[in-house]
Amino acid sequence: MGAGMKNTFDGIEPLVHKSQISVPYHWWAGETASRFFVELRDTTKIMGTRCDGCGKTFVPPRKTCPVCFTENTEWVECGPFGTVTSFTVVRKQQEALHHKVPVIFALVLLDGADTSLLHRLDEVSPEDVKIGMKVEASFNETRDANMTAIAYFKPAS
Amino acid sequence: MERAAIIGTGMTKIESAKHTETFADMAWEAVNKALDDAGMTIDDVDNVVTTSNDFWDGRTISCMAVGDASGASHKNVSCVEGDGTFGAFYGLSRALSGSYGTTLVTAHSKGSESISSLITNASFDPIYDRWLGMDMISASAMQANAYMERTGTTSEQLAMVSVKNHGNAVKNPLSQLPMSISVEDVLGSEMISDPLHKLDCSPVSDACCAIIIANESRVPAYSGHPVWIKGAAFCSDAYFLGDRDISRAKALTEAAKKAFSMAGITNPSKEIQVAEIYDAFTYQELMWLEEMGLCESGTAGSMLEKGEFDIEGRLPVNPSGGLLGGHPVIAAGLIRIVEIVKQLRKEAGEYQVDAKRGLAHGVNGLCGQSHCVWVLDSEG
Repeated sequence: MGAGMKNTFDGIEPLVHKSQISVPYHWWAGETASRFFVELRDTTKIMGTRCDGCGKTFVPPRKTCPVCFTENTEWVECGPFGTVTSFTVVRKQQEALHHKVPVIFALVLLDGADTSLLHRLDEVSPEDVKIGMKVEASFNETRDANMTAIAYFKPAS
Repeated sequence: MERAAIIGTGMTKIESAKHTETFADMAWEAVNKALDDAGMTIDDVDNVVTTSNDFWDGRTISCMAVGDASGASHKNVSCVEGDGTFGAFYGLSRALSGSYGTTLVTAHSKGSESISSLITNASFDPIYDRWLGMDMISASAMQANAYMERTGTTSEQLAMVSVKNHGNAVKNPLSQLPMSISVEDVLGSEMISDPLHKLDCSPVSDACCAIIIANESRVPAYSGHPVWIKGAAFCSDAYFLGDRDISRAKALTEAAKKAFSMAGITNPSKEIQVAEIYDAFTYQELMWLEEMGLCESGTAGSMLEKGEFDIEGRLPVNPSGGLLGGHPVIAAGLIRIVEIVKQLRKEAGEYQVDAKRGLAHGVNGLCGQSHCVWVLDSEG
């Protein structure tokens, strides 16, 4: 309140206007993610894109290299094995979560890739997860053409 | 760079939920305080930059909701989506452009009105990442683990940041969470996402902040006590977390280098005398200090243990209590600038430190994707 206005509103009951924002939305995945998702669904291959300039392989694949500002033209199969570059174990049930805690999120650097993939770990006790541990992708038996085709990553066999 | 100064500041108290005030009400309070502080009327303001975020505000073109209360009607008003330091950078550019002599910059948000986990989940890429259900806390926890693994920084050292900043907040009447707590209290508080306990995380907050920037030619026209902008720079890193080494903050290192160079600073750890850093989580204060070059990599934790970052220490860090004392998203970085202005004007009351030159820092994006660094000086 500005100076001198306070008294005018003394004793007024502070009301709340309740509402919610719910707007259906769809994002066209684009050619690059579409190719990636179709491969996950149909062949369980994890495909990255490689930059001609710096030779970096991006997983998940991007159409352009942010370092060189050029188009990535080559497709490269990566994984399914990889290394945990960081992780967290979520202990408190937050609204955005789709699973019951504890939930383990991890960045996984797949063999053959230069960037880490964000995903979930399972079939491992939270206490046993370490940076540097070897993991592998576990695919869902019935797969949609999206990131959920990979169910989670688990300790490498 | 041509010279410009901050000649007025104003902010609301930071609170967990401002039940009696709308966004516009908060802006009205902060803007009028800043005008009074500068010795100006709204007619002396040449242009306005508001800073807000549509998801946090629950409306599109969220800047329009505060324009009227910011005196933007019939003026050139523009808006920035992101932290307030980035809005201030745009405001500074305008004040230096030759087209506007003075810029009013505001930044606001009310975390109390929505659900932080869902809002910050929406900052993840909708095609590749959002479905996982991560949010700002789980992403930051992942960064904390990477930083601790690389540097050997301990959970006890993280906890000491919380103890220091909540303790400093006791001296700041505008802070939300003044608390006298111990390291054991922090380590014993609920584990939210390893390694971050509840008391390692900043609170959900409501507030608005405003500053007035003037170019040198306009500074003498008003009674506001000027604090001079010696350096200001920002830098951004890759969007996807997996593209970055999240144990480091390359964008911050670059932004700080540029800001120090503009200010003619060659030895930042000696020449910066007070810092207000974006400590949304305890580990961030230590990591940002190292990555901006205010101490060697991996040494912030042990320097903290020695009391070097205390109010009475060699380099006081977040004497106001920082974001751990209150974290209104968007406004938080602008508040860091205001806190440094208070210090350099000797108006910081019980948390006053002895400093002529200070640094303010803001962050935008997950795990510090973008950083904005300001170097301010009490003398021109």
